[in-house]
Amino acid sequence: MSTNQPKKRSQFVEIWQRLKRNKMAMVGLAILFILVLGAIFADVICDYDTMVIKQDIPNRLQGPSADHWFGTDEFGRDIFARIIHGSRVSLVVGIISVSIALILGGAFGAFAGFYGGKVDMVIMRVMDVFLAIPSILLSMTIVAALGTDLVYVMLAIGISSVPNYARIVRAAVMSVKDQEFVEASKAMGAGNATIIFKEILPNCLAPIIVQATLSVAGAILSTASLSFIGLGVQPPDPEWGAMLSSGRQYMRDALHLTLFPGLAIVITILALNLLGDGLRDALDPRLKQ
Amino acid sequence: MYKYIAKRLLMLIPVIIGVSFLVFFIMAMAPGDTAKAILGEDAPVESLEALREELGLNDPIPVRYVNYMKGMLRGDLGKSYKSGRPVFNEIMERFPATLELSFWGMVFAIVLSIPIGIISATRQYSLTDSVSMIFALLGVATPNFWLGLMLIIVFSLHLGWLPSGGNTDGFASLILPVITLGTGCMANITRTTRSSMLEVIRQDYIRTAKAKGVSKNKVINKHALKNALIPVVTVIGLQFGSLLGGAVLTESVFSWPGIGTYLVNSIKAKDTNAVLGCVIIFSICFSIVNLIVDILYAYIDPRIKSKYE
Repeated sequence: MSTNQPKKRSQFVEIWQRLKRNKMAMVGLAILFILVLGAIFADVICDYDTMVIKQDIPNRLQGPSADHWFGTDEFGRDIFARIIHGSRVSLVVGIISVSIALILGGAFGAFAGFYGGKVDMVIMRVMDVFLAIPSILLSMTIVAALGTDLVYVMLAIGISSVPNYARIVRAAVMSVKDQEFVEASKAMGAGNATIIFKEILPNCLAPIIVQATLSVAGAILSTASLSFIGLGVQPPDPEWGAMLSSGRQYMRDALHLTLFPGLAIVITILALNLLGDGLRDALDPRLKQ
Repeated sequence: MYKYIAKRLLMLIPVIIGVSFLVFFIMAMAPGDTAKAILGEDAPVESLEALREELGLNDPIPVRYVNYMKGMLRGDLGKSYKSGRPVFNEIMERFPATLELSFWGMVFAIVLSIPIGIISATRQYSLTDSVSMIFALLGVATPNFWLGLMLIIVFSLHLGWLPSGGNTDGFASLILPVITLGTGCMANITRTTRSSMLEVIRQDYIRTAKAKGVSKNKVINKHALKNALIPVVTVIGLQFGSLLGGAVLTESVFSWPGIGTYLVNSIKAKDTNAVLGCVIIFSICFSIVNLIVDILYAYIDPRIKSKYE
């Protein structure tokens, strides 16, 4: 395997070169980079206790100003600070729920694709059942049953995306499982688990990476949707959907309460979609020529 | 062809059984005592026990599921814990409002997206193409509930042109919810139509048609569109799932008296039977739309049709 290392590196460089040529993808990547930096250094930018949680009623519903860039909410809290801290919630939920979906869906899809036959039939029929329920409704059902704790929200969003990954990984595994390097590994006496996880899956990463990038956007949107209808992150924790929901009743006189959290969602999802589209193009073997 | 439709209809049955089992199992995992949720925390122990017995809550989950399925076959989805009325009746009273909203949402999306997608593809890299694609990207990225709020602020609160909610002003009540619900789908369908058309119009047979002197409109409408529509139909089918999910949020924004609002209120009131009924009905609708999409494929693509003839 070690002889393949230089080739792998050059493939990565090749993909990165193709991605770099896509200006829109680079815009998405730059926006994401800023968002991630904001989430990591949220405590340095704005103090959580004094600016995000602590109420300041005399300063409630103030419009944007030099002191409060995005204005203040109905409890006098700084909206900019809440959006910055809210990005932590969104990105964490997005990444963890996609990881749950990736691990479960990837395992199901890999087993279905590798073993085929009855294993494939049983797994994929179960996935069909999951796919018959619109994903946001499945998330709502799980949250309704388990509760609105953030862990359950992540679990709900993750589980509702499992079938998508199972399908993608299954298709990818089926396309490479009969190739010579897999035969070689079998001939060398490798077990099925080793073949699946060490030989096949690393060679099906392209569609998985694209799906994961686009799914983070979907997961952030689902979190905001659940919070908006009161089934996600609960006040006073800052979350963009919850902020929109609480700002609804003041939208006639204080537009900034609904405008800025909404824009934060739009920009984040747009950035992830631009990057996802760029990655899809960069990883598409047909474009290599 | 009839064989194909019959086969697909039969395949719906295990999916519906599976969906009902899955949702029933998830709801059965819900912590807390349903009897206490209905009668209150301070209700006498005897009353609580009597209610548990009446509702079959003391039975094992598989027995409860079988009883639920027997009821479902007769159109009985249990009684709402909140109102005491049959869930099926409560859903059916609200179903026309959700159907109306979803139908017009999809019509709005299709009627705008396919022509925009075609124009974008035939004028690739033009200003029209760039503007359409920017709007499509924004449409995909904009949460429908936020778009709904922005539309209410502009067209209801500031301009006063359209009602901000409810379903009492006829067609005017529909405009904002339909735009809210349909925009995301429209954006996705536009992107798919454009990329599908771009792929088709580069094919050799299109070049041949052009070389033979066939007019541009005829090449697009007669030769390219039908082939380009296959992936578009797939996306429309898939979008219907997000449309139903989006209907829940859109109804919530506009206080639309449909199943979505009922579902959200039922979840908040921990009305398990109502939640179960709503999700099952939504899933059946989604499965039926997928079935219709599969049948449409066969009409659009003669290769699929020929397999079953």
